Amino acid sequence: MGILAIMVLNKAGGLIYQRDFNEGLKKLSSNDYLVLAGTFHGVHAITSRVSPVPGSGGLEIMESEHFRMQCFQTLTGTKFLIFAQPHQPNIDVIVKRVYELYADYVMKNPFYQIEMPIRCEAFDRNLLAYIQPRQ
Amino acid sequence: MSANKAARIGEEVWKTRIDKVNAELVTLTYGSIVAQLCKDMEGDYLEVNKQLEKMGYNIGLRLIEDFLAKTNMGKCANFRETAETISKIGFKVFLNITPTVTNWTTDGKQFSLIFEENPLADFVELPDDGRAQNELWYSNLLCGVLRGSLEMVQMQVDAHFVNDVLRGNEVTEMRVTLVRIIDDELPPGED
Repeated sequence: MGILAIMVLNKAGGLIYQRDFNEGLKKLSSNDYLVLAGTFHGVHAITSRVSPVPGSGGLEIMESEHFRMQCFQTLTGTKFLIFAQPHQPNIDVIVKRVYELYADYVMKNPFYQIEMPIRCEAFDRNLLAYIQPRQ
Repeated sequence: MSANKAARIGEEVWKTRIDKVNAELVTLTYGSIVAQLCKDMEGDYLEVNKQLEKMGYNIGLRLIEDFLAKTNMGKCANFRETAETISKIGFKVFLNITPTVTNWTTDGKQFSLIFEENPLADFVELPDDGRAQNELWYSNLLCGVLRGSLEMVQMQVDAHFVNDVLRGNEVTEMRVTLVRIIDDELPPGED
């Protein structure tokens, strides 16, 4: 059980935050993370268009043998991607809490520039404090 | 979503999830900002209005995320629902007031918010220089907050005060107009 990694994408599909919570993950180059985020953003847009159900919101969960990825898109267009072990329960709750931490420690930091990469030490700290006990 | 439901959500979130702060602190902080702006702009109240709106806009861009994270609101089905949400949840949660939504135009794109109470303006009397009463919109920050926060959820609006008890009007009234829905699925210039 456990959370593997968290990514935050801005509304244009740019990666603004990426963090691993598991030692065993393969590291990508920072450029590859950007490509991954951009690709996901595109796939997400496509899935919302090709859905047979009108007004569909796009890809939300992707499951594989080794991990499960959940995407939460806020109404403002920011995406939170949570990578977790396949049977991690309550990802919905975790995502909501991460969003609250983001609203508090990123958006309310007056020196954080909106849509730019997140370099907020308090956000790092609080995110870790929230995720770590749940591993 | 009915007005009643919005009121219930607003009450619930305000009670359980909001850290409270002394109202006087807010009133005095806001007051000193406006007073300082009036000084800095050398009494150019139109410019003060503009600056307050801009400051509010920047607050709105950020505050909307807190609003969404705390309330778990989904999309509003129409602009009427948006108006109820602004009044009964937005203002309730952040200022503990619920301005009345009224004076709809028939096309459903324009409404008024009537503020029976306004914590920003407690204790305030506008300067007696013959101009402030006609030019300064003391609480103009709020217009900016609405514009900024709604822009983040794909609504371009125009918000401005049309009446203010500080100016001697009967009520404090803000007019909000939906200009357009921002459809940003395609980046500009690629259609």
